[in-house]
Amino acid sequence: MAPDGAGECGGGCRRGKAAHAGAGAVAGFFVCLLVVWAIGGCGRLGCGRVAEEEAVAGQFNLSRSQLQELVSILSSSERECMANQVSYLPCISDTLCIGDKASGGKQNWLKDVILQEFCTVQDKYDRNSHTPALLENKFLQNIIKQSSPITQCNLGECDLYAGIKGLNVDQNIVSSSNHTRMFYLSALFGTIVISIVRTICKRGKQSNKLCQDEKLLQIPSAKISRKWSKRALLIGVVLGLFSSMCIFSSMYADVVVRRIENLANMCDERARMLQDQFNVSMNHVHALAILVSTFHHGKNPSAIDQKTFEDFTARTTFERPLMSGVAYALKVLHSERERFEQQHGWKIKKMEAGDQSHVHDYNPEKLEPSPIQDEYAPVIFSQETVKHIISVDMMSGKEDHDNILRSRATGKGALTSPFKLLKSNHLGVVLTFTVYKYDLPPNATPEERIHATLGYLGASFDVPSLVDKLLEQLASKQKILVKLYDTTNRTSPINMYGSDFTASGDLHRSYIDFGDPTRKHEMHCRFKHEPPLPWSAITISMAVAIIVLLVGQIIYATLNSLEEAEDNYRAMLELKGRAEAADVAKSQFLATVSHEIRTPMNGVLGMLQMLMDTELDTTQQDFVVTAQESGKALINLINEVLDLAKIESGRIELETVPFDVRDILDNVVSLFSEKSQAKGIELAVLVSDQVPDVLTGDPWRFRQIITNLVGNSMKFTERGHIFIQVHLVEELKRTKIVFDDISAQNREVTDNPDNTMPCNTLSGLEVADNWKSLENFRMFKFSNDAMDAINLVVTVEDTGIGITKDAQTRIFTPFMQADSSTSRTYGGTGIGLSITKCLVELMGGEIGFTSKPGVGSTFSFTAIFKENRRSPGDIKRYHSEPTPSDFQGMRALIIDGRCARAEITMYHVRRLGIWCDLAATSESAFSSLLEACNSSPNLVFVDKDVWGEGSGYGDCIRKPLRLSTIAACLRKALGIGVTRQNSRDQSLVLRSVLTGKQILVVDDNAVNRKVAAGALKKYGAIVTCVESGIDAIDMLKPPHTFDACFMDVQMPEMDGFEATRLIRAVEKKINDMIQTGELSAESYRNKANWHVPILAMTADVIQATFEGCMHCGMDGYVSKPFEELQLYSAVAHFLETNATDPSS
Amino acid sequence: MAATPMNQLSALVNNMFATGLLDEQFQQLQMLQDASAPDFVSEVVTLFCDDGERIIGELTKLLEKSSVDFDRVDAFVHQLKGSSASVGAQKVKNTCIQFREFCQQKSRDGCLKTLDSVRTEFYDLRSKFQTLLQLERQIQGFYPK
Repeated sequence: MAPDGAGECGGGCRRGKAAHAGAGAVAGFFVCLLVVWAIGGCGRLGCGRVAEEEAVAGQFNLSRSQLQELVSILSSSERECMANQVSYLPCISDTLCIGDKASGGKQNWLKDVILQEFCTVQDKYDRNSHTPALLENKFLQNIIKQSSPITQCNLGECDLYAGIKGLNVDQNIVSSSNHTRMFYLSALFGTIVISIVRTICKRGKQSNKLCQDEKLLQIPSAKISRKWSKRALLIGVVLGLFSSMCIFSSMYADVVVRRIENLANMCDERARMLQDQFNVSMNHVHALAILVSTFHHGKNPSAIDQKTFEDFTARTTFERPLMSGVAYALKVLHSERERFEQQHGWKIKKMEAGDQSHVHDYNPEKLEPSPIQDEYAPVIFSQETVKHIISVDMMSGKEDHDNILRSRATGKGALTSPFKLLKSNHLGVVLTFTVYKYDLPPNATPEERIHATLGYLGASFDVPSLVDKLLEQLASKQKILVKLYDTTNRTSPINMYGSDFTASGDLHRSYIDFGDPTRKHEMHCRFKHEPPLPWSAITISMAVAIIVLLVGQIIYATLNSLEEAEDNYRAMLELKGRAEAADVAKSQFLATVSHEIRTPMNGVLGMLQMLMDTELDTTQQDFVVTAQESGKALINLINEVLDLAKIESGRIELETVPFDVRDILDNVVSLFSEKSQAKGIELAVLVSDQVPDVLTGDPWRFRQIITNLVGNSMKFTERGHIFIQVHLVEELKRTKIVFDDISAQNREVTDNPDNTMPCNTLSGLEVADNWKSLENFRMFKFSNDAMDAINLVVTVEDTGIGITKDAQTRIFTPFMQADSSTSRTYGGTGIGLSITKCLVELMGGEIGFTSKPGVGSTFSFTAIFKENRRSPGDIKRYHSEPTPSDFQGMRALIIDGRCARAEITMYHVRRLGIWCDLAATSESAFSSLLEACNSSPNLVFVDKDVWGEGSGYGDCIRKPLRLSTIAACLRKALGIGVTRQNSRDQSLVLRSVLTGKQILVVDDNAVNRKVAAGALKKYGAIVTCVESGIDAIDMLKPPHTFDACFMDVQMPEMDGFEATRLIRAVEKKINDMIQTGELSAESYRNKANWHVPILAMTADVIQATFEGCMHCGMDGYVSKPFEELQLYSAVAHFLETNATDPSS
Repeated sequence: MAATPMNQLSALVNNMFATGLLDEQFQQLQMLQDASAPDFVSEVVTLFCDDGERIIGELTKLLEKSSVDFDRVDAFVHQLKGSSASVGAQKVKNTCIQFREFCQQKSRDGCLKTLDSVRTEFYDLRSKFQTLLQLERQIQGFYPK
């Protein structure tokens, strides 16, 4: 039993573990989802929410309040979805809902945003509706806190963000879709994990089921499935890791894109600023040109001289932040050169082009005069910073020449390509504006323009210092490297600014328009430093990977523990099998050994018996008697051990035969009558009227239980009574209240020790209250539904020494007596009660007891029998003492002061069919006798206690009362004479039983046949022998005159079982035919029911023979060679019916 | 005291009990013998001796064959065991139990070995029984009923 339970428990544990693992995995998945969502979503919330709202407002023309309205409309539908889970897991429910709703991806973006808005609102309400503002604050703080890693990552960029005021909307959409994608990935991963876990759980359950269904067959399949589970787990883990890598790569790509955008923004910003500043400067130069035209050429005499120009330009230099200097050159034709030179007092000088190395020693005086040309452009005015170029002919410098020509042809500012500026030796560009004589229309031709040209205003830009100055103004100058190129000539761009840096990484080009369409400029920007590690991507993907591995580990551990549990289970099963085998072997051994001990013991006893027959003196006689008694006790013990072994090895099967309960109890009483008389104990039986006469069950075992209990009580009781009661469970349930009353009375008596009033019990002595133990019985708690089930409660009440409290727990343990001193005083092995318990349980009942030390014990047990539905003819043979019908219709008066005792007397007298009246005292008896004159009782039963000694009764009945004793006594008193033999000697009884009986002995072995026949003949039977089953069938074919048949079990050709089966078949056929009238009963000796008792003869008592015997229709068995006692007990039941009443 | 054959008989029987040749079943047999069946013991013993001799002969024949029919051997041994149990021939019975075990193992060598011991024991017992029967006859001759 126990191993079975262990197996189930193992199954249970496994199921539990699987469930835990599943829950763990799901929880892990949710945590993973939550983490991913929190980090990703918060990034979105933190960086993009404002922008998103703005974008929504901008793109869809929605105000914030309209948004809120939309949210509230949506919420009514969404609330249901939320409401399911919000109360417990608001975040997750939000996530799930959004997950559902966002399935449309970008299209649902609006909805997404709205939902998010809603989430905040919902959150607010979920947490606490009373303090929404506070909580919203908290919520926002939470978001800020969570988004802090990202902020840290982009610390440098944030300044720029501030400058730029927000991110591009498109960019936001991209990033939000990026998050959505990430969310899907994680969801996918989670789904995989869940499906794996579910599969494993299911498999676990299946295997559990299998375990219960077919314990051993499933092992290989379970192994295979486990293998597959592990593979699936591996795939799952790989998939999970892959998805974590996907998350990483997508996030990394996101970071890179953002970095590039950043760079572009910064670069464009710088380019734009540069361009703006340049334009501002250029405009001013333009204005200067107009100034010169107005005040120099427009006035006569000129309002401007070098001094004025110097002053003016010096004071307006803040307007031209990018310019190192400006100068004005006049257009001088060769024809005017002499006049011009005279007028100014200096020669027009040529610009030294190649001699750049001596910039610092630049001295215009040393310059060569300009060679003769068509046209000159000598500088007449200049800013202080470039004073050295006065009188230098600008047309002599190649760059300037081109520039002047281009400028005067187009009327716009023209830029030179970068070149080293004079003196400063810095790389620079020169901007040239032309001054015309009069305002030209915008569509003037180049010729007109050339013609109208008066002079040229030049301005030099010192590019490096300018850019440096500009970049100084911007923060994060250190972060990026800027290069400026003149790309007019595509193939060889000229580096205008920026050292040759080798910084690698992304390059961004921004085009700059300096207002000269023929010149092209580009700005190249690079990050100075390597991109920082994408920590957020690494963290998230690592987290996902770790979760995947953890979940994998959990599942793996679960699988392993499952495997272990299954292995253990198998081991247990094996051990259980071995234990059971060992148990069976033990029982077998016990049985065999007991059997083997019995044989020599029989020898000892036989020899002792023989010794007793020889001439012995008194002492010797005494010794021999003692020895024989001991031997008998030993045999009894061995029989009990054998019984226990049989029960434990499960060899005992209960019979289902009809029997009379009252008869069985009378039988028990008769067994103990001598002892009870010797001890002076009152022994009585009371069977309730409600118990049916005939029940179906196992009478032998029932009898054995009661005998054990009574024997036990008898052993420990020295005074008072032993009272056996049989009731129906239902009856006791009904009378529970009455019962309680009685026990209450009883208790009253107990509580008052001075009270000498006898209790209302059989002997007047106090007894242990029985109801307590009865209450615990299953049958009293639950009603049994079986239709024809009869639930009996048998109580055996005694007034013995009782059982001490601590001994009560082990009273049913084999070989345990209440205490060791008991066995010394009273003897016995303590095996009886444990056998009794086994038998009771075998009968589907329970046993319990109540005991009070010094007061007595009451044992009670329940047993389930079936109501007999068979024809009464069939059970006749189980009646050892048929109810005599001689006294039917008589009346009796019972006089007894103790109603419990009177009830028993009434019970017995009623069984004889006698009407009973009750009187408590002799006085009331007289009055009732007088009153009842008309009804004239035939009998008066008087208890001796009431009447006193020897007052002249008709006869005296010795207690314990039994049906047969009463009947016999009455017969004697009433003169209904029946001759009986009054001998208790078994061999004599055997003889009386067997004398004149026709007995058939079937055995193939001649010697056995002879011995069996001899033994039976000794008891006066008429024996016929046949040597095979077939002969036996012939002999026993009705009509025949045999009273019984002894059949060997093991015979060649046809064994005893087979022969019996055939004989029973023939008998049944003939019985049926007689009943239906096909055969006349006369030709079958007026016997309507042919059933010859067949007893098996076997040398092998233990080998399940008994069950086999019963199964094939035999009536009992005797061991071979015959033992007198056994032969008697086997034969008595079947042959007694026809014999004259042997006992009384 | 009883006459010499009587003493001899009881001495013989006691000896047979003491050496374990017989068990209490033989006493039962003796108890079964009374006026109604005066020759009961001798009849049974004679029957046993004849039966046993026949069975041992059959067994010898069966075991001499190259392919032994163990089922038949078992049946014979069972019969011998039954007979010996009935007369209380304890030693023969015990050897038969051994014999049956060998039969169930289908061990021919074991069977042959036990057959030898059964034979020895049986003939030993038979000679003792014959003496016993002779003594009985003498006793009955002396004290005719």
